[in-house]
Amino acid sequence: MNQWLNQYIQPLSMVLGRMRQNLLGSILICCVIGLTLSLPTILFTIIDNLGQVTGNLENRPQLNLFLKLDVSNSTKEAISEQLKKHPGINKYEFVSKESAWEQMQQNASTAEISASLNKNPLPDAFFVTPKDIKPENLQRLQKEMQQWDGVESAQVDANWIKRLDTVIKLGKKVIFVLVILLGIALITIIGNTIRLQIMTQLEEIEVSKLIGATNQFIRRPFLYAGTLYGLGGGLAGLLVLYAVVQLFNTSVTEIADLYASQFRLSMPNANIIGAMLLSAIGLGWMGSFVAVNRALAKIDQV
Amino acid sequence: MIKFDRVTKRYPGSFDAIKKTSFEIEQGDLVFVTGASGAGKSTLLKLIAGIERPTSGTVLINNQNVSQLKTAAIPYLRRNFGLIFQDHKLLYDRNCFENVALPLHINGILGEEAAKRIRAALDKVGLLSKEKSMPIALSGGEQQRLAIARAVVSRPAILVADEPTGNLDEDYAADILSSLYAFQQVGVTVIIASHELPHIIPENIQNVVKVLQLQHGELTA
Repeated sequence: MNQWLNQYIQPLSMVLGRMRQNLLGSILICCVIGLTLSLPTILFTIIDNLGQVTGNLENRPQLNLFLKLDVSNSTKEAISEQLKKHPGINKYEFVSKESAWEQMQQNASTAEISASLNKNPLPDAFFVTPKDIKPENLQRLQKEMQQWDGVESAQVDANWIKRLDTVIKLGKKVIFVLVILLGIALITIIGNTIRLQIMTQLEEIEVSKLIGATNQFIRRPFLYAGTLYGLGGGLAGLLVLYAVVQLFNTSVTEIADLYASQFRLSMPNANIIGAMLLSAIGLGWMGSFVAVNRALAKIDQV
Repeated sequence: MIKFDRVTKRYPGSFDAIKKTSFEIEQGDLVFVTGASGAGKSTLLKLIAGIERPTSGTVLINNQNVSQLKTAAIPYLRRNFGLIFQDHKLLYDRNCFENVALPLHINGILGEEAAKRIRAALDKVGLLSKEKSMPIALSGGEQQRLAIARAVVSRPAILVADEPTGNLDEDYAADILSSLYAFQQVGVTVIIASHELPHIIPENIQNVVKVLQLQHGELTA
């Protein structure tokens, strides 16, 4: 058992020793990986925070149901009943044509218009606040209500939220592309680093192979090194992200205070951070695996 | 223990380095492979140690056919051998102790047990006092002795030395050879390649010495 454990610990301590010997180089590699990783994560944090802002807006978008002018009381009640039961609706408010007319007459800016009219042109209306404000869900709700009996027109007042949503979706796509490109870049960076290390230790690898080392034995320290670079890079990236968020928040709060808003950038949640670290480790492992396998194949040819 | 049956080795784009060679080496033999440069000594040793595979014919090592071994099994075959190279192939980025530790690490032997065996091997070649020295600080003879220590530390059944005395003056050469003979005395099969037979072979081993003389890839004696 001890022996078995040792064959994993021994290369690890050897790799750590080598990294300590070449501390500056190791730190620089971690910085490169960290900076590369921080680009998509910073972007993600911003987009994620924007998405959260739209989630708790005070002036949520509303659906306005304007009823037909000749609608009967029983139909009105039926609509009211339907709205009450509907699972997608947070609250609703009924404004009768009489009260709307009254309001219009009282309002200074519209009083003149109403005076020139000799009869009430306004319909009865329901003002509906839906639970879900995703544009596609709003659209669906609107279409559904349009079909209801007695409804003349159902209008959504949500153009701006659609635009914001499109921007966020675009941002997510940009992140996705960025993640793939930078992932490839990271594999290349780490792979190349490991390749250089392999070159300095080519003699050791050749001798080891001659005296009976398995490929697994030769691969192990390099895989550990790649994984450690990934981990170090992931942590460095997190540090960069934290610094950026803090820096950003000091100026964001000033602006937010001017607008009497509570908006602050917050760090992504633990799942996202965990995923970032894991992917950094995974990429490090993959980069070194590719590099060391290529080197082994080359040695085997000779 | 090692059996060659009409073994031919041809490197791509070249003549036959070894031609239809058949011989057998028994456990505990002391074998000299002699011949001029280019006669195929190194190739023969590589075939013996499972570093090269034959182009045709069969090489049996411990009754295993090398040609039919899977690539993944080759490392384990090689662990039967202690290899001593003409150019030592020492690692110059680590001290003597760590050089000798390499075969043990490969075999998964570490810690106290390894340290004990490393010191025993260094003691056997008279380098115990230099375990912390770097190989570059050693003389040519000492480097070769360090290579021997590395070859024997994992207690292989077969010791293969390719021109172990090639670069050494006579005193050093005799020194190296006598330490190799000593391993034969304790039951290790020892295979040595050299230009010619050493001038003096101790009496006690004269009757066990086998000679494989190579000329242009063929056995002549």
